[in-house]
Amino acid sequence: MKELFLVAVGAALVNNVVLSQFLGLCPFLGVSKKVNTAAGMGGAVIFVVTIASAVTWLINEFVLVRFDVTYMQTIVFILVIAALVQFVEMFLKKYSKGLYEALGVYLPLITTNCAVLGVAISNVSDGYGFVTALVSGFATALGFTIAIVILAGIREQIEYNDIPESFQGTPIVLLTSGLMAIAFFGFAGLI
Amino acid sequence: MNKSVERLYNGIVKENPTFVLMLGMCPTLAVTTSAINGAGMGLTTTVILVLSNMMISALRKVIPDRVRIPAYIVIVATFVTVVQFLLQAYIPTLNDALGIYIPLIVVNCIILGRAESYASKNGVILSMFDGIGMGLGFTVGLTLIGIFRELLGNGTIFNCSVMPSVYEPITIFVLAPGAFFVLAFLVAVQNRVRNKKAKGGGQPVPSCGSDCASCGSLGSCSGHLFTTAKKEESAVGKETKDASGASGKSEE
Repeated sequence: MKELFLVAVGAALVNNVVLSQFLGLCPFLGVSKKVNTAAGMGGAVIFVVTIASAVTWLINEFVLVRFDVTYMQTIVFILVIAALVQFVEMFLKKYSKGLYEALGVYLPLITTNCAVLGVAISNVSDGYGFVTALVSGFATALGFTIAIVILAGIREQIEYNDIPESFQGTPIVLLTSGLMAIAFFGFAGLI
Repeated sequence: MNKSVERLYNGIVKENPTFVLMLGMCPTLAVTTSAINGAGMGLTTTVILVLSNMMISALRKVIPDRVRIPAYIVIVATFVTVVQFLLQAYIPTLNDALGIYIPLIVVNCIILGRAESYASKNGVILSMFDGIGMGLGFTVGLTLIGIFRELLGNGTIFNCSVMPSVYEPITIFVLAPGAFFVLAFLVAVQNRVRNKKAKGGGQPVPSCGSDCASCGSLGSCSGHLFTTAKKEESAVGKETKDASGASGKSEE
């Protein structure tokens, strides 16, 4: 239990997926204008990454390792994730209209979020067991959500500030992320 | 022949993927802790880009339009796997330094972007030169950022000490926040140059403005990532039937 907790804290805060591993930067910078949309994106990422960690772990263990074709990992994982996102979307559309509308446009955007593939690959290369992989996937996505919601909150605040012309747009967002990354260094003492 | 040179110039200078198009940001920030890592990542990506561009261009009449994105992804992933094993066998130090970012080249938007916007419409030779140009442009970008960070954060360039011994390295620049800061300043400098050009009445820099939905170069343009993310979302929302089809676009 303690080990799982350490994995979770490590993945969510200490090695934050965006701020220290630079995975999933595109949605991080792209959909962080409003807290609402950021939270929606975060929710969708948590949902997909957790399922993707479970599915890719099972496929790796029972198909790739069993038939000794682990060299197919990259190809299989990216296709599985793309197909999974599609299935999740179809499933939600049919059986859970509310959740589908809440996640809506964010679902298809996730296929190319490199955090999903990154988590799947690092789960396997770190040799995690099924439960640990699941926890690490969930915690990584939670870390993504924390970071993107905080960034969206800050961006809402600085929107009307007097920013030097050259720094408007992307540069100020990158500077903000840099400061957040420094702040997240504070978590390094946790483990 | 002239056209091939034009492709090289286009990739390295005019449409430099790092500084102008702002594509492939994840590896750009993650592996540029030193100049040599940046160059290694850039060259690895170049090899994969050239191979996948050639393959996709050769197969462009065979691949059905509706399943083209999954087909591209499979082609790219194949080459990534091959290159990854080559690196493991022959340059293990680089392989260790780049780690998880090598398999993640699959989702690098430069590669799918070039496949979609150039290789799928042009011949094999031209696509090869396009790949070389774009790849070298990416390499130049990554190496420059790497040089900056290594110089400030470690006092060295390509592991050679260049700063006077009294210089105290600013370690933060080789850590994660430094990546954000360096890129922020580089983009700010670029914005400044662009603003000056626009004001000075010189050649205005072509820009798609905010009307990205109607912009022809959607596949290769990243401007909409930051300015009109909303629009992109709704555009993608319409295409929910084709999640993987939207994927090529959404990462750019």
